[in-house]
Amino acid sequence: MSTRYDISPGELAGIVELIKLNYGYDFSDYAHASLLRRVLRFMDTARVKTAYDLKYHLTNDKDFFAWFLQTVTVNVTEMFRDPLFYKTLRDKVLPKLAAYPVIKIWHAGCSTGEEVFSMCILLHEAGLLDRARIYATDLNPVNIEKAKTGIVPMRYMKEYTANYQQSGGKNDFSAYYTARYENALISKELRSKIIFSQHNLVSDHVFNEFQLVCCRNVLIYFNKDLQNRIYHLFYDSLTPMGYLAIGMKESLLFTDIRHRFETVHAAAKIFKRKL
Amino acid sequence: MIQKPAENLLVVGGSAGSLPIIMSLIENLPDGFNWPVIVVLHRLKNVNSELVKLLAGVKNGRRVCEPEDKTQLRDKYIYLAPQNYHVLLEADKTISLDYSEPVHFSRPSIDVTFEAAAHVYGNKAAGILLSGANNDGAYGLEQIWRAGGSVAVQDPETCEYAAMPLAAIHRIREVLILQPAVLALFLENLLLNK
Ligand SMILES: C[S@@+](CC[C@H](N)C(=O)[O-])C[C@H]1O[C@@H](n2cnc3c(N)ncnc32)[C@H](O)[C@@H]1O
Repeated sequence: MSTRYDISPGELAGIVELIKLNYGYDFSDYAHASLLRRVLRFMDTARVKTAYDLKYHLTNDKDFFAWFLQTVTVNVTEMFRDPLFYKTLRDKVLPKLAAYPVIKIWHAGCSTGEEVFSMCILLHEAGLLDRARIYATDLNPVNIEKAKTGIVPMRYMKEYTANYQQSGGKNDFSAYYTARYENALISKELRSKIIFSQHNLVSDHVFNEFQLVCCRNVLIYFNKDLQNRIYHLFYDSLTPMGYLAIGMKESLLFTDIRHRFETVHAAAKIFKRKL
Repeated sequence: MIQKPAENLLVVGGSAGSLPIIMSLIENLPDGFNWPVIVVLHRLKNVNSELVKLLAGVKNGRRVCEPEDKTQLRDKYIYLAPQNYHVLLEADKTISLDYSEPVHFSRPSIDVTFEAAAHVYGNKAAGILLSGANNDGAYGLEQIWRAGGSVAVQDPETCEYAAMPLAAIHRIREVLILQPAVLALFLENLLLNK
């Protein structure tokens, strides 16, 4: 943590504006504190000392922007993160989804895919994978390309195995991937129902109707207004009685359509669209 | 839902060896000390910690909670930084949670929240850094001090692990070095000085 540089709110707004004009990504309704922290962190790694220099490089160098984007979006993710969430999916949600001939699921902000692979394992164990269509989207094209490879760093597998077991998983976790030196390749059959694509929650629209939408640890990066808009987007993307899952420390409290959802599991943050 | 955001803020950071001190600090909050308190304690990942329950058992008219994203800071509340998230603050005195890389191998990181308190609350912030075996917190405490806020560390002699307070003492010339028994006095003084 060595953010010794500083930029003013006005300068940050200028940077956001420039990115919007040049690259079409709109960060203006992101939560200010975390966005500022990410930008300062990037300036630190890239050794860019002033907002002026940052804007100069962002304007003139596409690769520099790609690097910037990679730092500014927080891409950290895990398999079976929050075992309680996955356990609740297993026990409460999947049995209900089993009633649909085709089960459509959307992971919004899927990062490098770990959450989606975990979902595939759950579906597989519930005997539902064959009927599932899983749309996994992210704003960041680099994340999507990584996710498509199905590769997860081997060094986390021990932790993921423990998460999996805590979530009620009983199978041999290592049967779901092939270890190759420092990488684990998630089995191809498990991934066969996933469609990865780029989608920006801020500017793109409803593109299908789903029985389950997962958007975990993405909305924390948005301000309340934008969160509200996105909850409307999710509402419109769900079938009646469809499920919405958000991060463990997120809440529907600040959205004006909270009354159109009912709580399925308060601690696991799973909700259901009313009719 | 319109509530006045808190005007002052106390952030307490601790790591190995700090839990008993935090417990007694909260138990002995002076009457009239209504500032919101954010407690950033290094904890194990994915261990559903008993901490909230433990602290919620402390009865003195204050509510203990793990804040959710965009929670408004309010007087008489004690907020425990949730495991796995950094606690940031917005200018409107709401909390933004952040799931980015650990800082000093820690998430939540004490530095991150101290620095946020310095940014948003300036000289209306206070920070206390307790026992711990790493360097988290020293940089952030210095930021609070630079912003004109009040800063104190647990006397290293009384710490199970002295590294954290020592790192802050090295950075901050005027940091108060306090034995656990006088932390409550430090808080009373904060009220007098505002
Ligand atoms: C912390 S990760 C969450 C990953 C995963 N859902 C989890 O909880 O482990 C946040 C992700 O949100 C993505 N993101 C940020 N802004 C977005 C937007 N406007 N639209 C879609 N995805 C976005 C980032 O690129 C990043 O991959």
